[in-house]
This record gives sequence, structure tokens and C-alpha cells, in this order.
Amino acid sequence: MSTDQKNKINLVVNSESKPYWEGAAKGQLLIRTCNACGKAHYYPRTICPHCFSEDTAFVEASGSGVIYSYSVTRQAKPPYVIAYVKLDEGVSMLTNIVDCEIDKISIGQKVKVKFNKAEDGYALPVFTSA
Amino acid sequence: MGINGKSYIVGIYEHPCRVALDKTLPQLHAEIAKGALADAGLSKDDVDGYFCAGDAPGLGPINMIEYMGLNNVRHMDSTETGGSSYIVHVNHAAQAIAAGHCNVALITLAGRPVADAKEGKPVRYYNQQAPDFPFEMPYGPNVTNMYAMCAMRHMYEYGTTSEQLAWIKVAASHHAQYNEHARLRDVVTVEDVVNSPMIADPLHRLDCCVITDGGGGIVMVSPEVAKSLKRTRVKVLGAGEAPKHLAAGQVDLTYSGARWSGPKAFAEAGVTTADIKYASIYDSFTITVLETLEDLGFCKKGEGGKFVSDGNLISGVGKLPFNTDGGGLCNNHPGNRGGMTKVLEAVRQVRGEAHPKVQVRNCDIALAHGTGGLLGSRMGSATVILGNEDA
Repeated sequence: MSTDQKNKINLVVNSESKPYWEGAAKGQLLIRTCNACGKAHYYPRTICPHCFSEDTAFVEASGSGVIYSYSVTRQAKPPYVIAYVKLDEGVSMLTNIVDCEIDKISIGQKVKVKFNKAEDGYALPVFTSA
Repeated sequence: MGINGKSYIVGIYEHPCRVALDKTLPQLHAEIAKGALADAGLSKDDVDGYFCAGDAPGLGPINMIEYMGLNNVRHMDSTETGGSSYIVHVNHAAQAIAAGHCNVALITLAGRPVADAKEGKPVRYYNQQAPDFPFEMPYGPNVTNMYAMCAMRHMYEYGTTSEQLAWIKVAASHHAQYNEHARLRDVVTVEDVVNSPMIADPLHRLDCCVITDGGGGIVMVSPEVAKSLKRTRVKVLGAGEAPKHLAAGQVDLTYSGARWSGPKAFAEAGVTTADIKYASIYDSFTITVLETLEDLGFCKKGEGGKFVSDGNLISGVGKLPFNTDGGGLCNNHPGNRGGMTKVLEAVRQVRGEAHPKVQVRNCDIALAHGTGGLLGSRMGSATVILGNEDA
């Protein structure tokens, strides 16, 4: 497996992650689902971690979810918010909450995806208030 | 094949240093091996099983066996589960001894993150080819914020408070004042903890463990070898190990892998939480202890905050004395790997050799638990239950 580390946003582009970053560059949040068992999973894998089928594919998620948990990294300059967001499709993903007043963020808050530009034309999904 | 009563811990050593600028990593391993074998009354030529984890440089056991001149090793294990590795090793060494693969097992841990940082060396390295790396690293996960999210969710679901978490640090500090080697020896209050700087909400600086150099070692032997030695022997009664992870996106940060490693260890030992006189609980952060105590069954899920409050973890005061060496929160967290020191203090307690101010009376059965990796994503959990000869 070849990896290609980008400088600014630390994206690792490899054969399993590349379609995900390409989707993000087009404004799509992709999640991997299994055609055999019908279940979604996160982070995306070629072989389904539920049933071990190879019949998996990326599908576009709604981009909506709620904050499952979060933390403000206060010592960073500037401080940033890391979070798990539970998507409407039922899987949770690690992400950042951006463009919000950080002291008003709460668990259960509705959020929607947005995309931060990364190097080489890719983009990184992050979330903001819905 | 069960392990209950089929092996004994006969030697331990905790390196007294907390900053190791003048020592190499292999040297620390060797000094620790020498100390643990001396404690057991054995020599390096008696060692026929060697166990180490990812902290050991090079190819782990191969390089360390060569460096130390362990010329009679016929069984090796380099299982790596982060800071819990050494509790897993106790389990694996017990299994290997029970199966006849070795009779004298040596386990070593060493690290020098403080010295490495002072020398400008990278402290941590996480492989880009780890499958989670591409999808997580861009968001800035670090050790503290990944544990902090667990605390945040636990507070949300169960009403746990920062003051309750602070009691865990308070108890550790009460114990550390008696440990001459402890990195932090000052007794602190709940107010001290909640007024210390916020690192990652809701964890304050004093919710976090220390960073230290040094390490520790364990010598385990068969019952026959144990009986030939003068040293007080500590029986391995039961052990369990379990991975826990993000479950393909079904994330639940309110519990740890102790939910599975604990019951295995209790079943094998044939004891319950009511039999545990002392517990070493991995304390990378205060929340690690709180969730672990719930998962091991010392209290109901969600009631950990109440359980740890009002000094309940302080030896001589509370119902469950914990981390009487000061733990990772105050004493030592060598190489950012706290599982080893958890076993060492449990052994001291069963031997009756803890500091007199913190020694638990009639400590016939003790537990040690480790959480390796990250409570907020993926971890290796390991539990071991130890007892005296009559246990």
C-alpha cells in the first residue's frame, strides 16, 4: 500500500481512502455500506467488518447528525473542538466542530457537514451547527 | 487449560529513576531485569522465558535477549497492547508456565519519554498504515482529548461531575506522599484539581497522569521453582484480556474493555469483587479509573462518581484502597505505559511490603487492571487477580 502524506491537512491518500477524499472534494460525505448485509460502517473498509463480504460500496450520506461527544483542546493555539458525530445513517465518525462558539457546543446538538479544503484538490469533512 | 495456581510472581523491580538522561533504553531494560531477578533470588541464566512489548527497541525480544545475554530462553512473547501489555504478559507467562513452555519468565518494560523530549527525539510514532489513521489524524486527536470525550459523555449520561473525578487524584496523592520515588508527592484537594488549568474539557491538568522515564520488571515461575526460593511468593489466580474498539461506527465511550477482561479474570480466580482487598487501576486519567471500576463491577454502571467520592479509594479510609504507590497520576508512568507498575504495587500489597502507611491489612487477594491505547477509540484491556499462598 502506498501512502502519500499531505502537508497542511494531514490526509493519507491510499487505495481505500482515495474515493472518500475525492467525494469530499465534490461536496459529498461518503460512507461505506455492504450490499450483502445491508449495514453501513465507519471508517470505510473494502471488506465489510460486519459480515466479511467484499461486496461493499461508497454511498452518499445525508451529511446530518448529532454530536455524540466532544472536547475542546484548550492548550492548542487556537483551541479546537474534536468530536464524535453520530450520522443520521447510524454510524459515528471522529471529526471537528467548526465555525461555532466553542463554549456553546453541547452533546445532542444537531450538526451538518461542511468541507475544508486540503492539498491536491481534496477536502476534509467537518461539521458545524445545523 | 486454566492458570489458577499454576504460577507465582517471585520477583519485582521498579526503577527508581523518573528522568533517565544518562541511560539508554536497552540499559534501562537490563537494569530492571537485574533488579527483578535479584529480588527473586535468581540469575539471568535461570530465565527460560522472556516477555516484552513495543517499548523494547529493535525486534523486541531478539535484540533484548542478545543485549542482556539471556542465553537459555526457549519461549518468547512480544504481545503489544500499549500500556496494558505487561498485564497481558502476566497472563501469557502464566499460560506458558502452565503449559510447560518455560519455568522462569522475565517481563521487562522501560521508557524514556522525558529524556527523549529533552534530546529532541520524537516521543511517539503512530504508523500511517494503521487503518484508522487516514480518517482520524486530520482532526487532531491526542491522548488527552480522546479520554476527555469519554468523560464528557459519561457526565452527560450519568451526571458524573469534575469534583467526583477529582477525588481519584486526591486519593492517589494521599498515597504518593509516602512514596519517596513518586514524581508528585504533594497531597492535593478536590479544589486543587478542579482549579488546575483545563487541558481538554472536561479534564484538568491534575486529571492527567505524569510523564516519566524508567520502567519495571516481573519474574514469574512455576510452583516447583517458587517453593525452592526464599522470597514471599504471590500466586496468579486468574487473568483476562480483551480488545475494545469503535465497533465499525457503533461508538460507546461510557465503558472500557474491562467489561470483558474483568469477568474472565474473576471467573478463573473463583472470586468476586467483594474478595478484592486492594486494586491497582490504570490511571492515565481520572476518567480511566472511574469507567474501569464500573466495568469491573465494583459499582453499577453510572455510579462510579459516587463510588470514588469522599476518600473511598484512600487506604485506611475507604472501602477500596487503590494505587497505593501513587499510581500514574502521582508516582510513575514509565514510557507512557502504566500496566507494569499496576502489577508491581499489587504484588507489594499481597506480600505485605507496601509502605506501612498505605499497606492494606490482611491483603490476601488483589487485582491489577490495565488500559492500553485510547479509552476514546481502541484499547487493549487486561485484568489479573493475585493472591497469597492461601488464596
